[in-house]
Amino acid sequence: MVHLAVALDGAGWHPAAWREPDARPDELFHPRYWGDLATEAERGLLDFVTIEDSFGPGPDRTDRVRGRLDAVLIASRVAPLTRHLGFVPTAIATHTEPFHLSKAIATLDYVSQGRAGVRVRIASDPADARHFGRREFPVPLPDLAEEAGDWVEVVRRLWDSWEDDAEIRDAATGRFVDRDKLHYIDFTGRFFGVKGPSITPRPPQGQPPVAVLSHVPEIHRLAARAADLVFLTPHDTGQAGALARELGDLLVFADVEVVLDETEQAARDRRARLDDLAEHSSDALVFTGTPAQLADHLLAWRDAGLSGFRLRPAALPHDLTAITRALVPELQQRGAFRREYESTTLRGLLGLDRPVSRYAGATR
Amino acid sequence: MKQIHLAAHFPGVNNTTVWSDPRAGSHIEFSSFVHLARTAERAKFDFFFLAEGLRLREHAGRIYDLDVVGRPDTFTVLAALAAVTGRLGLTGTINSTFNEPYEVARQFASLDHLSEGRAGWNVVTSWDAFTGENFRRGGYLPEDQRYQRAKLFLQAASELFDSWDGGAVVADKPSGTFLRDARAGAFEHHDAQFDIAGRFTVPRSPQGRPVILQAGDSEEGREFAAATADAIFTRHGTLDAGRKFYADVKRRLPAYGREPHQLLVLPAATFVLGDTDAEAEELAGIVRYQQVSGQTAIKFLEQVWNRDLSGFDPEGPLPDVEPVTGTQLAKGRAQTRMYRDPVETVRQWRELAEAKNLSIRDLVVEVSGRQTFVGSPSSVAEAINTYVQEDASDGFILVPHITPGGLDEFADKVVPLLQDRGVFRTEYSGTTLRDHLGIDRSADVAAAERKAR
Repeated sequence: MVHLAVALDGAGWHPAAWREPDARPDELFHPRYWGDLATEAERGLLDFVTIEDSFGPGPDRTDRVRGRLDAVLIASRVAPLTRHLGFVPTAIATHTEPFHLSKAIATLDYVSQGRAGVRVRIASDPADARHFGRREFPVPLPDLAEEAGDWVEVVRRLWDSWEDDAEIRDAATGRFVDRDKLHYIDFTGRFFGVKGPSITPRPPQGQPPVAVLSHVPEIHRLAARAADLVFLTPHDTGQAGALARELGDLLVFADVEVVLDETEQAARDRRARLDDLAEHSSDALVFTGTPAQLADHLLAWRDAGLSGFRLRPAALPHDLTAITRALVPELQQRGAFRREYESTTLRGLLGLDRPVSRYAGATR
Repeated sequence: MKQIHLAAHFPGVNNTTVWSDPRAGSHIEFSSFVHLARTAERAKFDFFFLAEGLRLREHAGRIYDLDVVGRPDTFTVLAALAAVTGRLGLTGTINSTFNEPYEVARQFASLDHLSEGRAGWNVVTSWDAFTGENFRRGGYLPEDQRYQRAKLFLQAASELFDSWDGGAVVADKPSGTFLRDARAGAFEHHDAQFDIAGRFTVPRSPQGRPVILQAGDSEEGREFAAATADAIFTRHGTLDAGRKFYADVKRRLPAYGREPHQLLVLPAATFVLGDTDAEAEELAGIVRYQQVSGQTAIKFLEQVWNRDLSGFDPEGPLPDVEPVTGTQLAKGRAQTRMYRDPVETVRQWRELAEAKNLSIRDLVVEVSGRQTFVGSPSSVAEAINTYVQEDASDGFILVPHITPGGLDEFADKVVPLLQDRGVFRTEYSGTTLRDHLGIDRSADVAAAERKAR
């Protein structure tokens, strides 16, 4: 079995995607658009969708999509419209408060009843930093990575800072909570300190899965320290296998951008049409072909050791629909993908157990 | 006749929220928020309101455990509620101390898009250093800078909201023009608190900017609200006090070039309903004692005495020991004037207890009781209408004492009576929160600010 996720971003990952015939560029900031994408992903039984985010200004030109909504809020807005799909919005560790994001993801886990995750991202661009105006930039990548690692550590400790059964509602003693089951996290690191406990009780999954997208050794190390799930960008099977072996303690997903059509020629033509409208370079492999060809490709990478794939639709909704309505049945026929959801939580879908709080049993 | 504005406050983490009642449900499961929001929308309320907490309260160095503990994240719940409601305004508290304008403006503008124009922001000024321990930016502001920070924060956020023109997104496929102007979202803001510049990422939202609520009773708070808020969130127990406050804040508006209807006065209010007035009074008595358990009464006194009183019997007389001054026992709750002069407070309470023969618990019920409206549905409807027609308020933010069903009876029994009197809507006439509140002024504000630049 493979795990399948789809990475949602604007009108799709190709900068010309918004000009496709079925694109809805005037609805990119409307909840209906995001609701439709999420319900389509759930129709395809996908494990989860990620929602990209950035504090960055975007290209300073008029022919590209610019503007984006907060990813955690998009996820919260559409989660109640679905029942099984996981939601993994991007959070920017560099300029945000881990206390705020910890309770936000915990709350997303409550509103989705156990389907929240978070993808942690570093913002190294000085233009992002100017939006906050509090820090000298640039900051060396190893420092940003260490800070992001601390950020995740704080977020995770805060999730654990309430034991599961802390709320007791004991009428006899008048106590709503057992405060021995609430814990100060007392984190002190190089970059910041946080006292705790969280204001929000432990989320339904205990620890919503944490994901990191990595291209370089510094971020590989961050992923190994902080994440459950890592998105990598191999370009061939050999590389995929090597990366899977290197980070094998984690769930390893390959990111693949996809241009999918019924025939290979149609996909190539569409790709050429998109490329003519806008230059596009991708960090990930851009797969252009049929869903059946993509299935071959994914299964070869699975055999090399990957756990799953985060597919980036070049154009939305076209390539998402090709994934849910053609790739998924293809994988199902080959016995490589679920036919129905086997769990109502994201951890469950990913085959992760629900951990106990690290503070369970500890006394203050 | 003035039309009444009504809002539903999700019950909070204080002793007015009764968790011991068999009907009391979860304060954290999403279904509770859905229940209250849908009840409010069914009753055609203006908005749902969610408070914020950023540190668990402490008492004598330990986490306070006698009231409801735990809250969700404001933005996340409001965005999710946008999926299960269609017209109800979605407002929440977000403080200006442990946040940055760029991030908060982005979240509110996103919420306004995702709710199609229903977002509202209760701007609060500050918490203390105790709360600051949860934030990497840490610290807090001295009291004299609280409103400065809040003012500048709101000013910066407003610039960000206004940084996109409503028509900036063209999204014309044939010509390949997504944006009319490549500089959409450009901003630059430098003041004593913020030094920021760049491009805001969220296009202009349906309301232009969220509705601004401001809580606060102090001189500075009133002035801040008069200058910047669409509604002021307050608490005044009596008709006379309400009228004085109402007149005072509305009088401040012309100095800012604003009309009286541009700042709504919306006090928080609680209610207890019964089939008859007598039955409601009796129920109210029961609720007061549910709100003040023996343990709660002792902790309440300890905040004033500022010392351990656990040896005293809550059903017995007031402690015969004297209060001590110094470090506050209670942390993370709003400090009231009462705690600032404990000796005088204790003297008055002893007098009161003696005159009425009150036990510790009776006394706490007496001095902390905050039931605004008690009576039959028709009496409560009448009282609410009187407050509004006599200019003690423009409506109320109702705080039920039971989660999540505490508003059901009000929606079913009181709202129809207000509708019969013609003082409350029977259908929403608009789609945005500004429409509901009748305060659509975002366009002139934006125009004025553009002109001023």
